[in-house]
Amino acid sequence: MTQLPDNHPLSATETDALRTRQRERNKVMALILGLLVILFFAISIVKIAAKPPHAAGEGAEQAEQS
Amino acid sequence: MTTANPQALIMPADWRDFFALTKPGVMRLVIFTAVCGMLAAPGSIHPVLAFTAILCIAVGAGGAAALNQWWEADIDAVMKRTAGRPIPGGRMDRTSARDFGFALSGLSVMTMGLAISWLAAGILAFSIFYYAYLYTVWLKPRTPQNIVIGGGAGAFPPLIGWIAVTGDITLMPVLLFLIIFMWTPPHFWALALFVQIDYSKAGIPMMPVVAGERSTRWQILAYAAALLPLSMTPWFIGGTGWIYGVSALLLSGMFLWLSLKVGLRTSTPGDGMKPEKRLFAYSIFYLFILFAMLVVDRFATIYGLQA
Repeated sequence: MTQLPDNHPLSATETDALRTRQRERNKVMALILGLLVILFFAISIVKIAAKPPHAAGEGAEQAEQS
Repeated sequence: MTTANPQALIMPADWRDFFALTKPGVMRLVIFTAVCGMLAAPGSIHPVLAFTAILCIAVGAGGAAALNQWWEADIDAVMKRTAGRPIPGGRMDRTSARDFGFALSGLSVMTMGLAISWLAAGILAFSIFYYAYLYTVWLKPRTPQNIVIGGGAGAFPPLIGWIAVTGDITLMPVLLFLIIFMWTPPHFWALALFVQIDYSKAGIPMMPVVAGERSTRWQILAYAAALLPLSMTPWFIGGTGWIYGVSALLLSGMFLWLSLKVGLRTSTPGDGMKPEKRLFAYSIFYLFILFAMLVVDRFATIYGLQA
């Protein structure tokens, strides 16, 4: 509900309060997005490093075939 | 749709109100039981993935809570306990709550699926659907057994936590689910007994309002009696050692004792509802300690402290 009705001009104090609240929301949003970036990076690293449980079996199969 | 303070809606909702929409108080118990389910499960999980799974369960619960408050804003507005929530309090519009709820739910399920497993993600999605739709929309306004069904929603976290580690559903996580399922009715009806005026005003068929106090007290007793053997079943089937078994016996015994006091008495106006309040307070303590003992038991077994 950030859209303002046209027939309601805001006073200076109201505008200030609105901007302050928008800034706060943006800061929290930036913080959450930043943390999500770090989290997804960490998940990726862990997933790449982990050997899938079936990898050993597959490797053995390939070795037999060749 | 009317709100208490339409003027305030010109302002975008404060981020603190979005946070409040996720019911942080409920989330504490959700996180705790999910962590316990995870720690008690056989097997291991990378700490980063464990953190991710817990986060997804918590955010999913928050999303379901937001959807619940989006749907129930009218009911919340007439109950003293809930009138101050962001939407009935006029600090947030319903659309924002709805979008926020769907966003959290979707994000948590997708992340769970990508990072952990699609089985865990599927159950998480179902638990959100269960709470936000089956319970909130469908059953809560229709049946006085609503809270029995609602208990299922709160019973999912340890189940999901367990499955995040093991990758499959076995009897033990289902038992953890059933314990919380059986625990919820006496826990909530104890509360409903001392706040029942609120529910009758909102038109929600809470047990004490519909079936009367007498019947509610008997049912609290019945569920508490069933909880005693159920809480010990993990020990009987060999899923845990005696540390958990004896703890469950003592904790559930005390639960039954306090329920007896509530179940066999008749309240008189102005008696302060002390036994009911004590049972409600104890029920929260009970669940925390029972699940903590589950973890203690598991670690005692790992380190060879019990046979």
